Amino acid sequence: MSKILVIADHAGGQLRKGTLGVITFARQLAAKSGGSFDLAVIGQGVGAVAQAVTGYGAGKVYVIDSAELAKYTAQGYAQAVAEVARKAGATVVAACASSFGKDCMPRVAVKLAAGMASEVVGLGNGAGVTYVRPMWAGNVLGEVEITTPVHVVTVRTAEFDSAAPAGGPSPVEAVATTVSAAALKQRLLDFRPTVSARPALTEARVVIAGGRGLKSKDNFKIVYDLADALGAAVGATRAAVDAEFIENDYQIGQTGKIVAPDLYIGAGISGAIQHLAGMKNAKVIVAVNKDEEAPIFTVADYGLVGDLFKVLPELTARLKVRKG
Amino acid sequence: MRKRNTDGMKEEAVKILVSAKRVTDPDARIRLKSDLSGIQSEGLEFKLNPFCENAVEEAIRLRDSQGGEIVAVSIGTDDAATELRRALAMGADRAIRVAGKDDELDSDLVARVFVKVIEAEKPDLVIFGKQAVDGDSNQVAQLVAEYLGWGQACFVSHPEGSAGMTSQTPGLKIANGKAVAMREVDGGAEIVEVDLPAVVSADLRLNEPRLPTLPNIMKAKRKPLEEKTFADYGVAPTLKVKTVRYANPPERKAGIKVADVDQLLDKLTNEAKVL
Ligand SMILES: Cc1cc2nc3c(=O)[nH]c(=O)nc-3n(C[C@H](O)[C@H](O)[C@H](O)COP(=O)(O)OP(=O)(O)OC[C@H]3O[C@@H](n4cnc5c(N)ncnc54)[C@H](O)[C@@H]3O)c2cc1C
Ligand SMILES: Nc1ncnc2c1ncn2[C@@H]1O[C@H](COP(=O)(O)O)[C@@H](O)[C@H]1O
Repeated sequence: MSKILVIADHAGGQLRKGTLGVITFARQLAAKSGGSFDLAVIGQGVGAVAQAVTGYGAGKVYVIDSAELAKYTAQGYAQAVAEVARKAGATVVAACASSFGKDCMPRVAVKLAAGMASEVVGLGNGAGVTYVRPMWAGNVLGEVEITTPVHVVTVRTAEFDSAAPAGGPSPVEAVATTVSAAALKQRLLDFRPTVSARPALTEARVVIAGGRGLKSKDNFKIVYDLADALGAAVGATRAAVDAEFIENDYQIGQTGKIVAPDLYIGAGISGAIQHLAGMKNAKVIVAVNKDEEAPIFTVADYGLVGDLFKVLPELTARLKVRKG
Repeated sequence: MRKRNTDGMKEEAVKILVSAKRVTDPDARIRLKSDLSGIQSEGLEFKLNPFCENAVEEAIRLRDSQGGEIVAVSIGTDDAATELRRALAMGADRAIRVAGKDDELDSDLVARVFVKVIEAEKPDLVIFGKQAVDGDSNQVAQLVAEYLGWGQACFVSHPEGSAGMTSQTPGLKIANGKAVAMREVDGGAEIVEVDLPAVVSADLRLNEPRLPTLPNIMKAKRKPLEEKTFADYGVAPTLKVKTVRYANPPERKAGIKVADVDQLLDKLTNEAKVL
């Protein structure tokens, strides 16, 4: 029997959609182990986030709303998460494998004397609870057993469908925290957001990604144009980010974002294993590359050997005509 | 040693502890043995974990500008001496290898050993890599920070292109008993301040790791490398996370080549039905 606590991920007072993937994971684990799940919303001014997660059948929605948590720090948030986990009697504490989950949850594991599995993509098939997670840039799946009474996991949300509301509204319970911002050894001085009007990379149905083959920041415009014609998000390789064609927030791969859209179109991308690690679970992969030997073609459903500077604008123009 | 830089901030000398994990070649296509008991290691090359290279490079940059000492630490088999020698050849001052085998480690055990090494060495700053490219766990730095009750700055980088930042802006500064760092996070970049002693984890864009020169490789052979065991530090080799099975990920097959944009659009619309 697991008592699972899902930690809601949010930004700017809004629920991050990845949380719904963690709820799906929690439902699967609860079904397997005969347990149940609760939710926790932690921060300041998080009323709307708490409201957004009440309809998913959680036993309870615990809320810590405190001025001491106005600014994110791993140290402060880990303390608050551990406080809710103890209050809820959680045996599994789960969060998104987002930058929040990656940064904060290992500290929670120490506080709860728990073992932690990172970037979980599924549950093992055996009778006991085990977690499946990618290793070696996704070349291998490892099934891990956590030997401590409490488990901490981060969930790779691209691998789980977003939960639909079900199971009725949950009672909301306010929880007090002992976190004092002044007592922390770290402070957030500034947050510099990446501003984009396009859909978020990890949530989009269609992703258009550009690589070093784009050759310059200005040339990335043809990627944006195609993305806008499709209402798609934009992504990039590490090489494109390193060359400053685009901000780091758009990197897809082992050390960037993991995406699993219905359609991924990659242009000027060779297909290094570290990039494939972030996109090979897209439903349909299209690759545009002038080198017919490029490794990305080994995973592409539709490969187009050609010059991206011709292909992308042509594709954009065709799609615009279609839309009328 | 104490220096003042031009803007009047005190830049104190820093003792830095840095990690140096031996990992499989990050660009190798890793495959499982046919009985799925582990990875095929025959013919595989091993390297210093790329993120640890960034950590070592950053330590050198800090020491060279403000003085101090760098101790490189690896938990691994005899072979891990190679990666420690590389860290020494890059510029670390001395090294410690704690004997351990990868399949008998988890991030928590690694962290508990580091805590003991840190308690013995008393560094001002500990720099880890963001993740080890074999296990991809991304936990050790955060675990160590919590065990010690220290603040952390993880995934430190200098995100080019974010407001006001250029690739020349260093991602990590040490002054006035504090570390100020820029970290890559979802949706942008954070500037954080952490009291020393502190834990940092390095992302790949933090710096360009140097290649050791031949004279420095020779010099590194004479730098001290201590050999230690878990028992020396009184750490119990218990695991909280055990890998019980390996599997191959679902294989993705190459599809077809399309001749032109027309055929691509036709396939996406009528066959894949994603447009
Ligand atoms: C530890 C580690 C972690 C990493 N993490 C990541 C990660 O998270 N994400 C990531 O992406 N990478 C990552 N990398 C880097 C990765 O190994 C590759 O270097 C990178 O993905 C290459 O990017 P690219 O495909 O854009 O560039 P390249 O490999 O240089 O490929 C450019 C491609 O563009 C094609 N091209 C050029 N001109 C044209 C044209 N006119 N028309 C059509 N095609 C053209 C070329 O044929 C070539 O195939 C990591 C590496 C390491 C060591
Ligand atoms: N065996 C080890 N020896 C030295 N450093 C390690 C070891 N394992 C992990 N680390 C460090 O901890 C970081 C995070 O590791 P992990 O949590 O395993 O992904 C790595 O980038 C290394 O810097």
